[in-house]
Amino acid sequence: MSLLEFDAVTKTYSVRGAGQIKALDNVSFTLESGQTIGLVGQSGSGKSTIAKILTQLETPTSGEVRLDGAPIARRGRGLRAYRQQLRMVFQDPFASLNPYHSVRHHIDRPLRLDHVVPNDQVDDEVSRLLQRVRLPYAIAERRPHELSGGQRQRVAIARALASRPKFLVADEPVSMLDVSIRLGVLNLLAELQREEGLGVLYITHDLATARHFSDEIIVLNQGTIVERGPADDVILRPTHPYTQELRAASPDPEKFFAAASGPEGGAR
Amino acid sequence: MTALQPTLPTQEPSLPTDTVDALEVGTTATTASKGRSRIPWRFLGGRALFYLFTLWAAVTINFILPRLMKGDAVSAYLARNRNISPEAADGLRALLGLDTDKSLFEQYIDYWAHLLQGDLGVSLLHGLRPVTEVISQSLPWTVGLVGFATIVSFIVGTVGGAIVGWRRGSRLDALIPITTFLSTIPYFWLGLLAIAAFSVNLKLFPIGKAYGVGMSPEFTPEFIGQVLHHGFLPAATIIIASLGGWMLGMRNMMLTVLDEDYIMVAQAKGMPNRRVLWRYAARNAVLPQVQSFALSIGFIVGGTIVMEMVFSYPGVGKLLLDATNAKDYALMQGVFLVITLSVLIANVLADVAYAFLDPRTRQTGA
Amino acid sequence: MTAPMTIVNPATARSRFGSAFAMFRNRKSIAGLAILGFFVLVAIFADVLAPFSPTKVNPTARFEPPSAEHWLGTTHIGEDVLSQVIFGTRGVIVVGFLAAIIATFIAIVVGVVSGYLSGWRSEGLSALTNVFLVIPGLPLIIIVASMFEDPPLWVIAAVLGLIGWAWGARVLRAQTMSLRNRDFIQAARANGEPLRRIIAVEMLPNLMALIAASFVGTVTAAILGLTTLSYIGVIPVTTYNWGTILNWASAQGAFRQNQWWWYLPPGLCIAAIGVALSLINFGIDEYVNPRLRSAGERARAMKKKGLNINDAVTAVRTTPTNEAK
Repeated sequence: MSLLEFDAVTKTYSVRGAGQIKALDNVSFTLESGQTIGLVGQSGSGKSTIAKILTQLETPTSGEVRLDGAPIARRGRGLRAYRQQLRMVFQDPFASLNPYHSVRHHIDRPLRLDHVVPNDQVDDEVSRLLQRVRLPYAIAERRPHELSGGQRQRVAIARALASRPKFLVADEPVSMLDVSIRLGVLNLLAELQREEGLGVLYITHDLATARHFSDEIIVLNQGTIVERGPADDVILRPTHPYTQELRAASPDPEKFFAAASGPEGGAR
Repeated sequence: MTALQPTLPTQEPSLPTDTVDALEVGTTATTASKGRSRIPWRFLGGRALFYLFTLWAAVTINFILPRLMKGDAVSAYLARNRNISPEAADGLRALLGLDTDKSLFEQYIDYWAHLLQGDLGVSLLHGLRPVTEVISQSLPWTVGLVGFATIVSFIVGTVGGAIVGWRRGSRLDALIPITTFLSTIPYFWLGLLAIAAFSVNLKLFPIGKAYGVGMSPEFTPEFIGQVLHHGFLPAATIIIASLGGWMLGMRNMMLTVLDEDYIMVAQAKGMPNRRVLWRYAARNAVLPQVQSFALSIGFIVGGTIVMEMVFSYPGVGKLLLDATNAKDYALMQGVFLVITLSVLIANVLADVAYAFLDPRTRQTGA
Repeated sequence: MTAPMTIVNPATARSRFGSAFAMFRNRKSIAGLAILGFFVLVAIFADVLAPFSPTKVNPTARFEPPSAEHWLGTTHIGEDVLSQVIFGTRGVIVVGFLAAIIATFIAIVVGVVSGYLSGWRSEGLSALTNVFLVIPGLPLIIIVASMFEDPPLWVIAAVLGLIGWAWGARVLRAQTMSLRNRDFIQAARANGEPLRRIIAVEMLPNLMALIAASFVGTVTAAILGLTTLSYIGVIPVTTYNWGTILNWASAQGAFRQNQWWWYLPPGLCIAAIGVALSLINFGIDEYVNPRLRSAGERARAMKKKGLNINDAVTAVRTTPTNEAK
C-alpha cells in the first residue's frame, strides 16, 4: 500500500502588472492506493494547480509532497522513479495526444522510457494495454485525428497506465466528452482502479460523478479546502455554505418537476 | 518571401474573484484602470533597451569588420598618391584609427570617443573631407527616395490587400499572383528594364542621377521639377517591386480576421459594410503588417542600395558601394553606421505606432 | 464499450510518410516544385545541355541577336549566352540551397530552443535573433564580401546563411512557445521524456510546415542576394551565375543598345525561380491556414447562388432549387 501526502502546500504566482496570485493556500490531503478522492471546485479554484504540482510540472512555493513518507525528488533518478509512480490523464482529449504520432507511439514511449518490459515484449504490452481500455488492436496505427473523443481519452488512459503507476491524477477526464459516453469512460476508470489497486485523484466540477466515483470528496474554493469527508456525507449533508451553493446549482430532476407542477401549472 | 506572421502570445492574468458576486457586478475584474495606461511605458521601455543593445552591437561589428580585412587602407591610398610624407602617413593612420601602437581595446574606446563627438573620420575617396560631411550630403537623397517610395508602397499595398481580402472570390484575386510575381523579380533587373524601356527607348525619363548635369541643388521650382523627373523611375520601380509583399500579407490577414465571429456580429448588428471593412476587419488585420513593416526596413534599405547603383542616384547606397570598391574604410564604416542608425530609428517609430494601435500592449491589470 | 469508429483507411507507414508531405500536394506547390525541379536538372546536366562552353570566345560573332546556332545570341566577345545561362544555373542553385540549409539549421536550433526554454536564456537568444533581424543585411554582406578576394561558392553561401537565419528563428520561436503549453507536450514532460526527445520527436514534426516555408523563403532570399551581389560586383565575376551575366551585360552597355537577348534571359530565369519558390510557399501557406484556400471558394460558390458573402442580411432565396442541402 502506498501513501501520497500533500502537506500544507501553498502556491503563489506572480503576474506582471497584477502582483501576486495565490492559487493554493495551505492545502493538505492524503491519498492511499486503492482509494479514490474526488476534488471538486469551480474554475479557478486551484484544482489544476494541484495536478501540476503532483506531476511536477510546477513546484510549490511552500509545503511539500511526500510519497511513502519521503519528500518527492526534484531531479535525477529520484524524479524518474517518482514519475513512474504517478501519471496524469488530461482534460482535453484533442490536445493531449500529439497529432503527428500514432496511438502506438503514445503508448510505446512510456513503456520504453521506464523499461517496464524488455524491448522485445513492448508490442505485446501495447496490445495488452489497448485491450484493457477496450480498444481494438487496429487502432494502434491510427492517428489522433482519426479517433473520436472517447477513443482518444481511452488512449490517454492506456498511456497513463503503461508505466504501471500506483497513482493516477485524472484532471476532468470526461468534461470534454459527449455526455452519452462519459459514464463508459468513468466506469472504465473505476474498473481499472479496482483491478490495479490505484490511488486516483479525480478532479472535476461535476458533483454527481464525483459522488458516484469517489470514496472521499474534497471541496476546493479559491485555493483553500472548505470541506472534506466521505462522498455521501459531503454531497447529501454539506455543511459549508459554498458546498451548499454548489449542490444547489446542480440540476436536479425532482426539483424541476416539483417546480413545474406548482405555480405555473403544466404550461411547458 | 511570404509573411508567415508570428502570433503575439497574449498574456491574460486571471484574477481571483473576491466576495463580490461576479454576476451582479458584471465583471470579475477587481480593478479598472482608466486613462492611466494610455502610454504603454513598459512595452516601449523594453523596446528602447533592445534598440540600445542593437546599436551597441552594430557599432562593435562596425569596429571589428575593417580590422579583419587584409591590406592596410592607408598603404593602398599612398600607393596612389605618392606625395605624402611618412609623418603625414602616420598622422593619417592615427586619424583613421589604424594605429597599431595601441591595443585593440584602447582602439575600441577611442572609436567610441570619436563617435560620441560626432567624428567619423575622414574619407580617403573624397579628398580627406570628413565622413560626416560626405554622408550628410547624400543622406537626404536616400531618405527622400526610400521614405517616399516605401510609404506609398505600404499604403497602397495594405489598402489594396484589404480590398482584395474583402472581395474574396472576385476577379481582384488575380492581383495577388501578379504583384507577387513583380516582387520576385530582382530589384536591380526591374530597374534596368525600366531604364531600357522608358529612358533609352521611349526617352520619357532621364537615365540616371538625381538632377541634370551642371545643376546645383537649390530650392527653385526648376530644380524641384528636375528632382521629380529624375526620381520618378527609381521610386516607381521600388513601389512596384515591394507592393506585392504588403498586399499579400494584408490580404492573408484579412481572410483570417474576416472568419472571426466578431465580424459576423458586426454585420448582424446592421453595420454598413464600409465600416466593418475598415474599422473592424482592416484595423485588426493591419497590426501584423505594422510589425512586419518594422522588420522589413532593413530589407528595404538593401534594395535601395541596389537601386541607387542602377540609377546612379547620389544616395548613401551608392556611397557605400564606391567606398567598398575603393577600400575607403572610414567611409564604409560611417555609412554602415548611419544606415543602421536610420533603420533603428525607423523601427522605434514603427514600434511606437504599433504600441498605440494594439491595445494589448497597454495591459496593466484589469 | 467502443464508440463507432470513423471510416478511414488504416494508416500504414507509407501514408504516414505521404502525409508528412501533404503540404506539397496542392496544385500550387506541385507547379512550383515542377519549375524548381526543371532548374535543378539544368544545373546538374549543364555540361550536357549547353551547346558551347560558356567561356568560348568567338571574335567573329559578337553582339549577335538570336540565331539558329546561338539560340540566345552572343555577348560582346562572342560567347554563347544560352550556355552562360545554363552554366549560371549551377551557382544559383548551389548557393541558394546551401545558404538555406545553413540558415534553416541555425533558425531551428535558436528558434526552437529559445521558444521552449524560458527565462534569461530564452530572452537572450531572442535578443540575438532580433539584433540580426534589425541590422540591415545587404550593407553588412557587402562589407563582409568585399573582404574576400575570390571566395568559393560555399563561403558565399555561408555568409548569406549566417545573415539570413533570423527571420525563421523568430517565427519558429513564436510557434514553439505556443506549442510548449499544449497538453501533449505537458504529458511528455510529465512522463519524463528527456528534453532532446521532446524537441526532436514531439515538437519538430508539428513545426514541419513552418520550417519548410522558412526554408523556401530563405532560398529565395539567398538567390536574390547572390544575383544582386554579383551584379553589383561585390562578388568577383569569376564565378558563374545569372547576376554576373547581368553585370557584364550592363557594363557593356547592353541595356542602352537594346541587346535584349543578353539581359532578358538571366533576369527572367531569376524571376522564374522566384515564382516557383513563391508558388511552393503559397501551397504551404494554404496547407497551414486552410481559410486562405477556402475563403475564395466559398465566396464564389455563394456568388453562384446569387448571394454576396459580405451581405449584412442573410439573403433568403425565394425561388425553389433542386440542390441537395
